Amino acid sequence: MEAVIFFLAAIGAVVGAIGVVASRNPFYSVLALVAHLFSLAVLFLLLTAAFVAAAQVVVYAGAVMVLYVFVVAYVGSTHEPTFDPIPGQRLFTFLLAFFLFVEISAAVLSSALKALGTHGPDVPAGFGNPAAIGNLLLEEFLVPFEASSVLLLIAAVGAIVLANRKRQAGGGATPSGRPFGAECPEGITPPPAPRSGDPVVSSGHSSAAGASGGQHGIPALAKQNPGSAQ
Amino acid sequence: MNISWYIVLSALLFTIGAIGILIRRSPMVILLCLELMLNAGNLALVAFSREVGNGQGQVFALVVMVVAACEVVVGLGLIVAIFRRKLPLDVDDLRELRG
Repeated sequence: MEAVIFFLAAIGAVVGAIGVVASRNPFYSVLALVAHLFSLAVLFLLLTAAFVAAAQVVVYAGAVMVLYVFVVAYVGSTHEPTFDPIPGQRLFTFLLAFFLFVEISAAVLSSALKALGTHGPDVPAGFGNPAAIGNLLLEEFLVPFEASSVLLLIAAVGAIVLANRKRQAGGGATPSGRPFGAECPEGITPPPAPRSGDPVVSSGHSSAAGASGGQHGIPALAKQNPGSAQ
Repeated sequence: MNISWYIVLSALLFTIGAIGILIRRSPMVILLCLELMLNAGNLALVAFSREVGNGQGQVFALVVMVVAACEVVVGLGLIVAIFRRKLPLDVDDLRELRG
């Protein structure tokens, strides 16, 4: 019975992983990853890791994947070219992957770990349940636990900073009107955005100032902006 | 089931993730393949935890999940920032840092 569940979950995990890699549409990749994560949760349950399985379903398949779905829906599907940028890239990839698989398997299976060929030792009834994991986290691993909470806080702040829409100086500036990096440092008043109704002299002056302001930030990004906006 | 089955399955999933990172070019799919590799590592950790018979590997797997969540959040923030600047979402075009 355990073997049947293992092979069903293993097939689900492998098929989900292949679906992630092979789907052309990123949305289907995300859905395949959700199926893969559920299969992995079943495997965790077979390994008597109940709390890790629950965290896998709730945190991974629940929260992280919702974030993915939001971003995929926001960005939309991108058109990936199907040709290889490096000749023979796929062939080399599959060769390397095959050798990587053989190497990892050989390294682990030929090791001196005698318990690998067994079910593992008999464990007490509460092994891997939330109480046991909580005891471990709060007694033996308190510092890594606190460090991971600080890491989560830093990641949240960093994501807000990264995904934040830049403040638009002057108001009414369209997102495409002012390239990235055009914010002026403090103490320098930002040049007014060129408007169509302005007189010719001031319009030309302000657009030149805007262009020079756009170059002190990230020149490469600002340079690519007009071409890729088409 | 023997623990070695779980380890071999974990190696297979890790390999599939590595294939995805090498042949896909959309940053979103590359992040998803990174998730595959991290989850393969998690499976190996939990399997080794069962093999040894204590719960420390499970705590390690939970910390890996936390780090994976942070990586996803920052990576998706970067993708949204790239998209807002109307740059192509293709890792072959975003190679200014390659020199």
